[in-house]
Amino acid sequence: MSNTLLEIKNLKTSFRIGEEYYAAVDNVSLNVNKNEVLAIVGESGSGKSALAFSVMGLHNRAKIEGEIVFKGRNIANLPSKQMNKFRGNELAMIFQDPLTALNPLMEIGRQIDEALILHNKNMPKKKRKEYIIDLLEKVEIPRPKHVYNQFPHELSGGMRQRVIIAIAIANQPELLIADEPTTALDVTIQAQILDLMRELKDDLGSGVILITHDLGVVAEMADRVAVMYAGEIVEIADVETLFENPQHPYTRSLLSSIPLVDDAQDKLHVIHGIVPSLKNLPRQGCRFSARIPWIDESAHEENPELHEISPGHFVRCTCYKHFYFPEENKEEQNHDTAQS
Amino acid sequence: MTLLKVDDLKVHFPIRGGILNRKIDSIKAVDGVSFEIQPGETYGLVGESGSGKTTTGKAVMGLNKITGGEIYFKDELLNAGKKVNIRKDIQMIFQDPYSSLNPRKRVLDIIAEPLRNYEKLSKKEEKKKVQELLEKVGLSPESILKYPHEFSGGQRQRIGVARAIALKPKLIIMDEPVSALDVSVQAQVLNFMQDLQKELNLTYLFISHDLGVVKHMCDRIGIMYNGRYVEEGTKEEIFNDPQHIYTKRLVAAIPDINPQNRKENLEFREEVKNEFSNSFNNYFDEEGLAYQLKPVTDTHRVALPEKG
Repeated sequence: MSNTLLEIKNLKTSFRIGEEYYAAVDNVSLNVNKNEVLAIVGESGSGKSALAFSVMGLHNRAKIEGEIVFKGRNIANLPSKQMNKFRGNELAMIFQDPLTALNPLMEIGRQIDEALILHNKNMPKKKRKEYIIDLLEKVEIPRPKHVYNQFPHELSGGMRQRVIIAIAIANQPELLIADEPTTALDVTIQAQILDLMRELKDDLGSGVILITHDLGVVAEMADRVAVMYAGEIVEIADVETLFENPQHPYTRSLLSSIPLVDDAQDKLHVIHGIVPSLKNLPRQGCRFSARIPWIDESAHEENPELHEISPGHFVRCTCYKHFYFPEENKEEQNHDTAQS
Repeated sequence: MTLLKVDDLKVHFPIRGGILNRKIDSIKAVDGVSFEIQPGETYGLVGESGSGKTTTGKAVMGLNKITGGEIYFKDELLNAGKKVNIRKDIQMIFQDPYSSLNPRKRVLDIIAEPLRNYEKLSKKEEKKKVQELLEKVGLSPESILKYPHEFSGGQRQRIGVARAIALKPKLIIMDEPVSALDVSVQAQVLNFMQDLQKELNLTYLFISHDLGVVKHMCDRIGIMYNGRYVEEGTKEEIFNDPQHIYTKRLVAAIPDINPQNRKENLEFREEVKNEFSNSFNNYFDEEGLAYQLKPVTDTHRVALPEKG
């Protein structure tokens, strides 16, 4: 059997605004292997969460075209009754905000039990409780027996996020989608949660889709990285390649806009312009061209495609060949020091 | 001359209970914090959520009642509610540009609000002043009649900045000014704040939990834990020579941008984590509070355990 767990083929997720449909995820193809962390990076509005929600079948009114093949079966547009057999079982999701993802009126134990009972109808109650307490222990919640009967408001943000992770892994999913799992958390807790996710992945051998805008988290966690801009994948590569040899102008701009802890920059790079809204997305040509106006029109392709420039490293549009930063000299030095 | 001096600041919130709703206990959000800020510098206040950094900022701003201690601004004592003319020298920029601007007010009214409180300007002068401010923060002067929802996150944060600098303040308190923004927009706002600082000779109190941003922006940094300071020093001292185990842990927790260091980082973090849990009782007292700060060098103070 092949190693591929999830294969997304030409996925297009569109939302209706007024009378027309606009694609938030446009013609995206990717695959996730077993025991692999695929990070999806991009600014807000780039379509990364829309992609995750499409895979989970959580969009209510979106038009989904293309194929989402999970373990050999196309799950795109599956009715929710059938989808529920996968969801929370083989396919699970960790949500961004631990403060709102839990039911405030339900004890922690019961919330985890919900996920368990749905997919294990024959498990006796006592056994389920034991299992849940084990699970809480696994996500390193102190005094799990006590927490079992507590309500979400009695726990801190980091603890709540652990509970959400416990719910997600209750049925030992084969594919785990984590949508900004640590964005709402402090750095020390973030480090703990990432360690925890890493351990779980190694234990269960699951595939993980990690959605984040934090490139530090990506560098720490991911095996492969897909960079999204305006609904499209603009670059995809393994993590070392992406950080050492980024090619697409958007990837390079993103990397030079983060303040680094061990590198003194006086000025951060600012990406020109703003992320276009869904309605105003350029549907033709290179979608990033409006944000690098100093690059000549002729550098862009008419219908930009992903080019494989080295094995496993894909870049969209030819403009990367001609790209330079407007403040190039200074930037080049920064770039060199960042790499050395 | 010291611009801001905070001396043994205490902010306690009462917990009420019982039949008569009497005060039964208190939460010590800030418990004995002292620091000084010199004119023109950027001072970083770092800590996790619940460490008291925002409460400290709000106390300086006069938004919280002070339980004990003193706050001096240019050698004048600030007490809540008094010294209105000094208050206009201190302004604040809030964390969330989506909720800190009134959605029903036009940009003109938002930015002119502090002007209307302190300066008597005619309608025409006011409009001119607001347009100048908008230009200064890089927005088009025509946008005075727009509403906040017509702007992007970075632009909204600029409107917040324009409002904060309207009265030509000396000190600006920034409470997580870029935490709600995307990295690219964050870079834009940070660069702009640095330029503005030079141009208007501003002093910043920068409150954040993001050490990357803090290192980029700040000259001196104070680290808070559980309502108290655990360490204070220059940027170099904090990042290159952290002395307190909590600071060490915080610095170790920053994700590294180089994927090749991943394994080392993991091991190092594990090591620091063990050190933290093993020596927690040495560095903190029975209640989990930090000890008094002791000077290590002229600029570096650390809450090291009391010996003997």
